[in-house]
Amino acid sequence: MIEPRILEVRTKILKKNDELAREMRERFVRAGVLVVNMVSSPGTGKTAFLKETLSRLVARGEPCAAVVGDLETDNDARRLAESGAPVRQIMTHGLCHLEADMVEKHLEGWNLAAFRYLFIENVGNLVCPTSWDLGESVRLALLSVTEGEDKPLKYPGLFNTADVAAISKIDLAEACDFDRAKALANIEAVRPGMRVFEASSKTLAGLDEWLAYLAERRRALAGDAVPARGRPP
Amino acid sequence: MKSVCRRVWGFIVHELSIASRVVELVGEQVCAAGGGRVAAVTLKIGALSCVHEDALRFSFNLVREGTPLADAELRIVTVPVVIWCAACSREVRLPGIQKFACPECGTPSGDIRAGRELDLESIELVDEAPAVEAAKGRMI
Repeated sequence: MIEPRILEVRTKILKKNDELAREMRERFVRAGVLVVNMVSSPGTGKTAFLKETLSRLVARGEPCAAVVGDLETDNDARRLAESGAPVRQIMTHGLCHLEADMVEKHLEGWNLAAFRYLFIENVGNLVCPTSWDLGESVRLALLSVTEGEDKPLKYPGLFNTADVAAISKIDLAEACDFDRAKALANIEAVRPGMRVFEASSKTLAGLDEWLAYLAERRRALAGDAVPARGRPP
Repeated sequence: MKSVCRRVWGFIVHELSIASRVVELVGEQVCAAGGGRVAAVTLKIGALSCVHEDALRFSFNLVREGTPLADAELRIVTVPVVIWCAACSREVRLPGIQKFACPECGTPSGDIRAGRELDLESIELVDEAPAVEAAKGRMI
């Protein structure tokens, strides 16, 4: 009888992705670019929200860029490019989430230090993107009023990893009998203390607060997280 | 790995990516340990990892063909969420993942101490070489 050998490995299954994401985050922070990973189910309005965000930033003279993940088509990249910001499409051809190496590959040739903000619009999915760190400093989870107030309870894993949430299509709240208090309580239950924006890409409600939040997070990035010697002159 | 995913389904579950990484990682570890046949693999999966056990087992069966894990048993240890309760000054286990508050006193907490695991814990290896030797011995 041969005794089996036990190898105590104790390693993260997504170690390679985590390591690359950590390197990328360091690179982003050194370049002074705030990276936001946007996650939500399909149809929440990520692209519309991002387009308005990019347009506003461009109008203010704040350099920004975006990469957008979709299973197929470059429709979203074309929509986003109307903002005037550089945009690249990642086509996953069936893969239900973005991984760090896919993002890294699509950043080639961009001078990151030239941007203040970089947005990664993940594939529309409230489960699969949860475990993949893309090197972001901010993970934004979106929930639209048309989806129902209990979405955070149905997908607690993803909402729990978010740093900030946005309730989109708030202009439709009344038409959808959206229970705002219940939605906020559900977000609070799965991620206590998380800041929530209520926004509309149509009326542009909430956009100013969101942009102020981004600016504040970017300032914190430059002030706290970057070692002085790593900061660009 | 991604091309495998594309071939298998039009729209794939992320468990397939995870299973592929497990096979890859185990292969590396087995090589480093001098080879052998994998009898069992133990994974630790947190309740917050968004991994569905059945989907992971299904995916594992798809991707392990022709690898040293072909006959391996997949053992999955699920880890419940544990948070730090500041009011009780201790770690408390949550009964579910819908409410991040202390089940004892109700204080909300985002300080998660366990439940996000997606770990390869251990590999059980059976050495093939001595088995061949033993068989030879019997033949003589």
